[in-house]
Amino acid sequence: MDVVAAIEDDLFAYALMLGDSALVLSHRLSEWSGFGPTLEEDIALSNMALDLIGQARLCLDYAGKVEGRGRDEDALAYLRDDNDYRNLLICEQPRGDFAVTMVRQLFYAGFMQPCFASLMASRDSTLAAIAAKAEKEMAYHLRHAGEWVIRLGDGTAESHTRTQRALDEMAIYVAEFFTVSAVERRLADAGIAPDPLALRAPFENSITPILKEATLIVPSFAGGQYGGKNGRHGEHLSRLLGEMQVLHRAHPGATW
Amino acid sequence: MYAQALDQKDRSPVIAEDPVRLERFEARCTAEDKIEPKDWMPDAYRRTLIRQISQHAHSEIIGMQPEGNWVTRAPSLRRKSILLSKIQDEAGHGLYLYSAAETLGVSREELSEQLLSGKAKYSSIFNYSTLTWADMGAVGWLVDGAAIMNQIPLCRCSYGPYARAMIRICKEESFHQRQGFEIMHTLAKGTVAQKAMAQDALNRWWWPCLMMFGPPDQASQHSDTSMRWKIKRFSNDELRQKFIDAMVPQARFLGLDIPDPELRFNEESGHWQTGAIDWSEFRRVLAGDGPCNRQRMRVRRQAEDEGIWVRDAARAFAAKRAARRQAAAIAAE
Amino acid sequence: MSEATTPLYEVFIRPKAGLSHKHVGSLHACDDDMALHMARDVYTRRAEGVSIWVVRSDLIAASDPVDKDMLFEPTASKIYRHPTFYDVPDDVGHM
Repeated sequence: MDVVAAIEDDLFAYALMLGDSALVLSHRLSEWSGFGPTLEEDIALSNMALDLIGQARLCLDYAGKVEGRGRDEDALAYLRDDNDYRNLLICEQPRGDFAVTMVRQLFYAGFMQPCFASLMASRDSTLAAIAAKAEKEMAYHLRHAGEWVIRLGDGTAESHTRTQRALDEMAIYVAEFFTVSAVERRLADAGIAPDPLALRAPFENSITPILKEATLIVPSFAGGQYGGKNGRHGEHLSRLLGEMQVLHRAHPGATW
Repeated sequence: MYAQALDQKDRSPVIAEDPVRLERFEARCTAEDKIEPKDWMPDAYRRTLIRQISQHAHSEIIGMQPEGNWVTRAPSLRRKSILLSKIQDEAGHGLYLYSAAETLGVSREELSEQLLSGKAKYSSIFNYSTLTWADMGAVGWLVDGAAIMNQIPLCRCSYGPYARAMIRICKEESFHQRQGFEIMHTLAKGTVAQKAMAQDALNRWWWPCLMMFGPPDQASQHSDTSMRWKIKRFSNDELRQKFIDAMVPQARFLGLDIPDPELRFNEESGHWQTGAIDWSEFRRVLAGDGPCNRQRMRVRRQAEDEGIWVRDAARAFAAKRAARRQAAAIAAE
Repeated sequence: MSEATTPLYEVFIRPKAGLSHKHVGSLHACDDDMALHMARDVYTRRAEGVSIWVVRSDLIAASDPVDKDMLFEPTASKIYRHPTFYDVPDDVGHM
């Protein structure tokens, strides 16, 4: 009984990690709506945001069910404060220019694609089903962002400078991907979630050739910022949530 | 709405067309034949279409802004997904329409420049502000409802590429009005504050939406030729009446009041009759003095400007890659 | 100064396995790879297809509308090319 309860707490926390990262990153991508560098890319950015909102909804819905206290996806999305959010720090960084957005998407998808691929074999059938859908989406994001990073890195002098800068800015949030929280440790041991450490090689294998082709200097991913998985965030998340939750919180109990 | 272009004066010099070709062209229009890009067409037909299609496209693009205003604050994840995909559709529709205009010999870049320089117009409805979440309902239900009235006949427009774009657009738009109505319905049966929000949105959007159909028929300038050429099929007043007749019962279903004390059902004509429309407001907004005219253009210009380095990079990279491939092909020989 | 133009592409989608690709519209892209990606994002948002072709618009050779009568009228009179031209008694059954 205790073992089951402990696993459920971990499952809840893990589903939040996945859901919160997707939700917060989708928020940043949705800030591009109407601002894409071309009409075609505006549509592509919205597609990626919609993929992530979809993933967030599945994960938060599942988290609510595992928790069993009647919280649905919206209660979890709109009524938690930043220190209850479990997203990766990279997701909450401001939108930045198009180079920041593409580099961030490349890193995130470069990590989440192998993560979901591994999660497809999870002993938890719901997580496995979510992963099967999300893995394909991440593979596409990886391809799309990868092509843009190559184009921007090897484009003009200005785009090269901007992309190298974006790369250096975002690189400090990569180490966090591979930190192993207590929750992830226990779930990995139980065959429910992948061991983040095992995702480092596939991440580097997909990212490095892209950065090289883009003529960019591959940064060291050692060190950097972490804490998101445990609810310790930077300055931006509180503002992001303030905006996202303002209407929902102003009308307690209302349906929309 | 999007047919506002037809009500603007065409200031270009009139070109004397070959009467034989013109007659053959008009016969094709009368016979409901489709005109395709490489077919002969009178210069005025081409100009009218470029103006109307590009104005329609610009409206889709500028129209993303009032709704984009609420994407990051949508009150539920379901609503957020719906809203984002609706705005995305609008970008798509702008793109389909720009492509249709391009078949007439004008480039996307030129069209975009015409919008940014203020030379080209867009539907003035998008110069109004979206102040509350209920405006997402009102925009979908009323603005898209009015747009659909205009757009369905355009699916039979004589110009093939425009008609085909409109068919695709109407198919995709079918969910837009429904989701707007659903928002209004949810608010109208929600809390007191939510219902007040819905009523306030209807109060602000009702009259501007009636103006979307353009000036009354007596004041409209281009309609005759446009009707003969099968670009336009119904007059502004006909479409406006159709819209009013459809909307009044829907507002009643929602339990909301149309902000018009003079609104009454005319038993004789079988139509709803509204009070007088304040056309001075319409002219004011069209002339640039709406709540958001400057803001909409500033934001659009900002988006264009911020994208320049990205577009430059994509072009530069494509050129480099093409050169590399050519060099590799030569080396392999 | 006007910004440099970006090539126009025509997009063809195979709606499902077994059907041929059909023209669905156009878009702008700098190269073929970008055009394929953008076509996926722009024209298959509602599961419209299983395969995409893109081709630069300026690479398409098209018949001239002026030649329409010369090219296509002559076949209109050759109705013997259609199965309905032939009388087959009903009792023969399906043929």
